[in-house]
Amino acid sequence: MTLMNEPIKRAEIKPKYCRFKKNGIKYIDYKDPDFLLKFINEQGKILPRRLTGTSLKFQKKVAQAVKRARHLAILPYTGDSLK
Amino acid sequence: MALSFRNPVILPTFAPSNKTIMRNYETVFILNPVLSEDQAKDTVDKFVKVLKKANADVVNIENWGLKKMAYPINKKSTGFYNLIEFKADAPVIDTLETEYRRDESIMRFLTTVLDKHAIVYNERRRKGEFKNKKQAVKKAEEERVK
Repeated sequence: MTLMNEPIKRAEIKPKYCRFKKNGIKYIDYKDPDFLLKFINEQGKILPRRLTGTSLKFQKKVAQAVKRARHLAILPYTGDSLK
Repeated sequence: MALSFRNPVILPTFAPSNKTIMRNYETVFILNPVLSEDQAKDTVDKFVKVLKKANADVVNIENWGLKKMAYPINKKSTGFYNLIEFKADAPVIDTLETEYRRDESIMRFLTTVLDKHAIVYNERRRKGEFKNKKQAVKKAEEERVK
């Protein structure tokens, strides 16, 4: 077989969306670790927008909330297996 | 559009006022776990008194109890978490935070301004709307395990 790029099925790629805009969430609570856990990886790093699909406006708020939670030891600064 | 002298632009006048704007704040602090329950309560009361003395309206006081922290602070792995919501003028925050720094039993504190969305959220939280949801989720999970 010749080297050929396989065609990408465009229909299969789901467009990203911002879950805050979609669900009408306006405030992100830093006191809720279970919710914030969705936006950090196993090491405790904040996930980028390109993975979560969050809009810029809410990514800033997510980052702020995660940082506040870390200060109050609600979330760890670093970890090995958070999930 | 050219400026005409016949219709001068009326600039708004900013009259100096002595009124200070009250804003909504929320403060969380962690108390040393070495304290007894009564001592912890007394410390919380002390800070509520500080706020009331500074003409702040205390909206809500919450005690989360002895909680495990995500990482050790001052070589302690647990702490008494407390939350106070209040409405106050900006200078009150300074007096409150200096009080925090003076008190040795306070291990961590965080004071945040609440925006309009946060105020709505906190009111719903106080009514326990989110708690019920979480409990419902937990129950559902437990039933699934069974």
